[in-house]
Amino acid sequence: MLSKSQARTFFFGGTVVTFLIFIGLTIYSLAPGNDQTNHLAITDDVIKGKHLWETNNCMGCHSILGEGGYYAPELTKVIDRRGAPLIKAILQSPVPWAPNGRKMVAYEMPEEEAAAMVAYLEWIGKIDLNGFDRIVSPLAKDKQ
Amino acid sequence: MKYKSQQVAYWFFALCMLLFALQIVYGFIMGFARIGMDGLHDWIPFNTARAVHTNLLVVWLLSGFMGAAYYIIPEEAQRELVSVKWAYVQLISLALVGVLAITGYHFNIWEGRKFLEIPRELDYLVVINVLLFLGIILTTLYKGKRRTTTALVLTMGLVFAALLYLPGMIWFDSQVTDSFFRWWVVHLWVEGVWELIMGGILAFLLIKLTGVDREVIEKWLYVIVGLTFLSGILGTGHHYYYIGVNKIWLIVGGVFSALEPLAFLAMALFAVYMYRKGERNHPNKIALFWTIGSAIVSFVGAGLLGFAHTLPQVNLYTHGTLITAMHGHYAFWGAYVMIVLAIISYAMPNMTGRKRHDKTNGHLAFWLSNIGMLGMVVAMGVAGVVQVYLERRLSMDFMVAQEEVKIHFVVMLLNASLFATGIGLYIYEFIKYGRPTDEALEMKKEEEPALVH
Ligand code: HEM
Ligand code: HEM
Ligand SMILES: [Fe+2]
Repeated sequence: MLSKSQARTFFFGGTVVTFLIFIGLTIYSLAPGNDQTNHLAITDDVIKGKHLWETNNCMGCHSILGEGGYYAPELTKVIDRRGAPLIKAILQSPVPWAPNGRKMVAYEMPEEEAAAMVAYLEWIGKIDLNGFDRIVSPLAKDKQ
Repeated sequence: MKYKSQQVAYWFFALCMLLFALQIVYGFIMGFARIGMDGLHDWIPFNTARAVHTNLLVVWLLSGFMGAAYYIIPEEAQRELVSVKWAYVQLISLALVGVLAITGYHFNIWEGRKFLEIPRELDYLVVINVLLFLGIILTTLYKGKRRTTTALVLTMGLVFAALLYLPGMIWFDSQVTDSFFRWWVVHLWVEGVWELIMGGILAFLLIKLTGVDREVIEKWLYVIVGLTFLSGILGTGHHYYYIGVNKIWLIVGGVFSALEPLAFLAMALFAVYMYRKGERNHPNKIALFWTIGSAIVSFVGAGLLGFAHTLPQVNLYTHGTLITAMHGHYAFWGAYVMIVLAIISYAMPNMTGRKRHDKTNGHLAFWLSNIGMLGMVVAMGVAGVVQVYLERRLSMDFMVAQEEVKIHFVVMLLNASLFATGIGLYIYEFIKYGRPTDEALEMKKEEEPALVH
């Protein structure tokens, strides 16, 4: 039968080995050569958009890259689906946007903030998501 | 109970009860919003309710883990905690961080990063708080008479949990990298180091409740946590399938995360087998229910329901849908909520000296909350399957599909009422137990000498 010290070796050994592989794979997948995100296309506007995305906790209702709340539509391909002008209008609206009865917060964003959000969403929309982009957004799928 | 300093645990458990109750209130706010009753939208929009609901969960579970450690470590190390005063300071600072964060969420002060909404400035307070906690636990262990595997595994879990909080504090310009390292916190917590904490508490409870030999229990504890890390670390890849990183994760994440249920299966078999093997007939049956229940339900919620959507071919369709929410509820419930409720149920009679553990209320609380939670999870699961089918298979618009699943949220809310009644009873019993007493210190020694190995 297995002894306690063998069990301990299994624990520590397994942990160290898989952890090292994990670090190796992390370095591999973040290497510039394997970039799927157009990392170089991240402009100041995109960064500002990401900041706005975070400080307003948009992710509390919407999801992006499939992560977030499940209360409001997935936004990864939203620019393709709805177009930039509508998105800007929603962000600048003084009354809550609620086309189907479910309300969004009225952010009343100034023009440059709305533009930054759009820049961010445009950048997101171009990421290679290993096929998920075609599933998550039916209308965008038809366009491709 | 042997050591007076173990009494601090009571206050951590009391904080658990308070925050748990609040968490449920915010759950109801979201549930009602989903069936169109969003009257609170102007003050508590859905994103506020969600951040509060999930953050309260995490904070009260951490409070429960800390209380568990303050209760377990003195008994394992066979000495008093090095400082009770600092433990209270730590308790108050924990409550303070929680209250500040939750209040901020109502005023648009947060960082919209799912589960890590606490603003970075407050993160530093979290770090100080946790360092203080670990300082107390580690020095107690170091000065203790005895070092047990149970204490070691529990403490390793707590130390790693603290370390893994750090990657979540780094700032990234790219959403993808941000998300990548967010999972180092979220995934490696719940499917890694928290399982060590759960395993440690489970082992402690099984030793106490079943009387099976410590050596046997601790050997299997190593096997369980070995399986956890072997599968869970590389299993992180199941969150990397579709967020814009290399395809290699589809294979690595798929294979290793598919192995993750093994650790939970081992945990369930371990608990049931030790229970059968045990000769001791411990009077605190309700603690035993929660303990064995936790091991079994975590296998279903985390193991089986996690497996249900972890293969890349499945996750392609279910990623970011109500299927995820369904699994999130049952996994958190089985693995972490139930184990915290188990240690509280075990500790309360010992700390207060009042033998309320054979009251009907306690059993009612167990069954109502478990049946209610199962009902909620089934309702969310049905909603999730319908959503995936309509939205992702038939290309229906998001809101059109949401209208179709509304009715399942009515069912969910009915079950949530059962659930909340059960938890209400649990909290009522907690209050009825009253405060810890010093007489309880004396009693324990005479009554259960066999407990001290
Ligand atoms: C006690 C342990 C566990 C807990 C508390 C837990 C909880 C959660 C939560 C809250 C999420 C949502 C995360 C987010 O979107 O931010 C999630 C996602 C996920 N979990 Fe678990 N989980 C556990 C164990 C497991 C296991 C063992 C597996 C696999 C066998 C698994 C598979 C998954 C998958 C594939 C996702 C991603 C879903 C998606 O793509 O939207 N989980 N889990
Ligand atoms: C009365 C009881 C409860 C109700 C009505 C409720 C309702 C909800 C709702 C509506 C959501 C948001 C889903 C979305 O984004 O659309 C949610 C999220 C969540 N709740 Fe609850 N909840 C309750 C209790 C609990 C309990 C007891 C736990 C822990 C065991 C829990 C853990 C979570 C987690 C982890 C999430 C995030 C899930 C994810 O993002 O995948 N909830 N809850
Ligand atoms: Fe995971």
